[in-house]
Amino acid sequence: MQYRHKLLTAALLSASILAGPVSAETLRWAKAADATTLDPHSQNLGTNHNFLHHIYETLVEREVDGTLVPRLATEWAIKEGEPNVWVFKLREGVTFHDGAPFTADDVVFSIDRARSETSNMRQLHAGVDHVVAVDDHTVEVHMVGPNPLYPDNLTNTFIMDREWSEANNVVEVQDYAAGEDNHAVRNTNGTGPYTLTEREVDVRSVLTWFENHWADKPQVTEIVYVPIAENATRIAALLSGEVDFVQDVPVQDIERLESSEGITVTKGPENRIIYLGYRFGEEPLKTSNVTDSNPIDNPLVREAMHLAIDRDTIQRVVMRGNSIPTGVATPPFVNGWTEELDAYPAPDPERAKALLAEAGYPDGFTITLDTPNNRYVNDEAISQSVVGMLARIGIKVTLASRPIAQHSPQITNNLTDFYLMGWGVPTFDSAYIFNDLVHTKEGNFGAYNGGLYSNPELDPKIESLETEIDIDKRNATIAEIWDVVQKDRVLLPLHNQMLAYATRKGVNIAVHPENQPLMMTVTFDQ
Amino acid sequence: MLIFIVRRLLQSVIVMLVVALIAFLIFRYVGDPIVSMAGVDTRLEDQELMRERLGLNDPFYIQFWNFLTNALHGDFGISYRLQQPAMRLILDRLPATIELAVVSATLALVLGVLMGIFTALRARSFLSGVIMTLSLVGVSLPTFLIGIGLIYIFAVELQWLPSNGRGTTVQLGWWRTGFLTESGLRSLILPAITLSLFQMTLIMRLVRAEMLEVLRSDYIRFARARGLPDRVINFRHALKNTLVPVITITGLQLGSVIAFAIVTETVFQWPGVGSLFINSVQAVDVPVMATYLMMVGLVFVTINLVVDILYYLVDPRLRVQGKGR
Repeated sequence: MQYRHKLLTAALLSASILAGPVSAETLRWAKAADATTLDPHSQNLGTNHNFLHHIYETLVEREVDGTLVPRLATEWAIKEGEPNVWVFKLREGVTFHDGAPFTADDVVFSIDRARSETSNMRQLHAGVDHVVAVDDHTVEVHMVGPNPLYPDNLTNTFIMDREWSEANNVVEVQDYAAGEDNHAVRNTNGTGPYTLTEREVDVRSVLTWFENHWADKPQVTEIVYVPIAENATRIAALLSGEVDFVQDVPVQDIERLESSEGITVTKGPENRIIYLGYRFGEEPLKTSNVTDSNPIDNPLVREAMHLAIDRDTIQRVVMRGNSIPTGVATPPFVNGWTEELDAYPAPDPERAKALLAEAGYPDGFTITLDTPNNRYVNDEAISQSVVGMLARIGIKVTLASRPIAQHSPQITNNLTDFYLMGWGVPTFDSAYIFNDLVHTKEGNFGAYNGGLYSNPELDPKIESLETEIDIDKRNATIAEIWDVVQKDRVLLPLHNQMLAYATRKGVNIAVHPENQPLMMTVTFDQ
Repeated sequence: MLIFIVRRLLQSVIVMLVVALIAFLIFRYVGDPIVSMAGVDTRLEDQELMRERLGLNDPFYIQFWNFLTNALHGDFGISYRLQQPAMRLILDRLPATIELAVVSATLALVLGVLMGIFTALRARSFLSGVIMTLSLVGVSLPTFLIGIGLIYIFAVELQWLPSNGRGTTVQLGWWRTGFLTESGLRSLILPAITLSLFQMTLIMRLVRAEMLEVLRSDYIRFARARGLPDRVINFRHALKNTLVPVITITGLQLGSVIAFAIVTETVFQWPGVGSLFINSVQAVDVPVMATYLMMVGLVFVTINLVVDILYYLVDPRLRVQGKGR
């Protein structure tokens, strides 16, 4: 026994000597899914961007507090006297992994590539007319009209090298129909702090620090990225010490991990609101026993539903404390959010019942709630609790649960009467919510307006946000729009999702609101 | 004989076609591939553009026809999710699944037969009772739970074995093997046990039942009466006759081990075709799903063909009928 103790101490000592001070540290990072492609402009998926942020870089970057900070661009501003033009000053002395210098020409090439027809990033650059390199380190982006928020759209548009892309025939983004895979899908050449040294899709990727990177040397000099799809296995890998950082922690495991020795859980709000939507208009609902009118179209009914939902109970019971209940359909970082909007009433089933009776439905009505079951945290369980809460005021809800791949078309094709949805706001501005969820469904607007809400007074106000460059005036309009949206109960917000990161003790990482933690910001204790 | 094989081959082709057809009929109800490809932020008209480019708006028989004609040229399409040729993805992943399947099938066969013989010969011993009780666990507990349980005990608590992945692998030509490194072998232990448990108990119970049956038959009694030693009776005379059905079952089970390693692979993040298939289903990755199902179809068709030919060789009555026709 004594002997074994000595051995153990010796082993621990040597381990701590080996780990030593912060010279070369490997971070083993586990996530539920792998990046699907390395082509930075091919798919607009958070998992891909998160991975690629280590290899490629963007002009601007979103900090953990939601603000924009410089990355490859050092300054940006609207050009004096030309409200349609954004000017970006670029960082000097930056090189790509293959040694080529980073210049304005690469930015022009990358933005053009990102807005080409086969790119999935193009909606973020829809307002761009053309891009020009003024000199080696200045780029002008000419917009179709004034666009006060264009830099917010650039946080995931990565810069590629023009020469490398031409040499490897990847000027165009992968086209599926072409029948061949593109060199950029499996190879990279960015300016980022890490180079890709090993990759086996869905299995393991190794990233090594790039010595010629322009920024200070990070504490993490090697990243081993392992996707582990199964929740229980991913957590087991952390508990057994096989990985250092688990990004996707299932809600039901948070409590257990917090009480586990040697594990740290860091929590923070995610940029994602979970809400219920419903069908507006006079046409009777497809799934209701009320066949001569649409009960939801009556504001009293919507108010009753608002009062029937017990958000605190959902937070406590379904989410086990890991959500932030809210009364407004926008996450707290977003421009336009206020505390007054965020407030929500205490549930009041009695008053809700009275409102229903006043609206002409003393015995309630029936309706089907469509819910995804694999997209948001506990999505199906949330919907189940909503069924119970609405039953208390006499609304009999049937639940229709589907995977997101089947649920999403229900909303975009307006086949649903009542649905649960989540919405992230990548631009961190309310206009993004209004454009897709509130504006009448027409043209580029209202794509996810599943309930076909339409308010002719709001539409021009929403459209004005696109081009208004006077920030104060613009913010006033946003506040006006939110007032109407809240009064009309266009959406029934439930809560903001929360993110939880679990690490072994001694690894420090901040929760990123877009769930895009950067390993170069990770620090180790001692 | 030749006619028999040709007829069998033709039937196999029809089976494969039916597999492909049914697969394509099902894909229509799996969901919209664009949703997982594009993310929710993509504009609807851009999604429509993608749908058009992928030919998803074509009626299903045209999609089916395109798949078939391309497949005949060896082109199984590009994965929607991973943007790489579906066939290459499957071939990359196949070695992992085959290694796992072969190890667990061997494990199941060897241990299953040994324990089967033991429990038949020492039917009343305490150890037989223990084995029989434990075998109930193997038959009734879902693979998923067994896997999680093993991970909890051996990876989290004892920290003896890795909880996931395949460890370090070595590339031999196009075959990536985990047999040649220590971490590769250590990683194989838990998934192989998990995958083999059901087959093992199945084979064990089969051997035991057959063996008990055979031991009761007349020729064994005569052998005993002749004074032959127990060892010779048990292993030379009894076991041989027991193994015929065992071989049939094992052959068929090997196919299902390859095809249905899905759960085990998912639990252990084993980078085989099963976990690739699950990821593809979630992303509605039609080309990979179709190629996988074709591959599984091929495995079963081939095994059945071999089994049929074996029967034909073993059973003279079939040969006579074959000639008569």
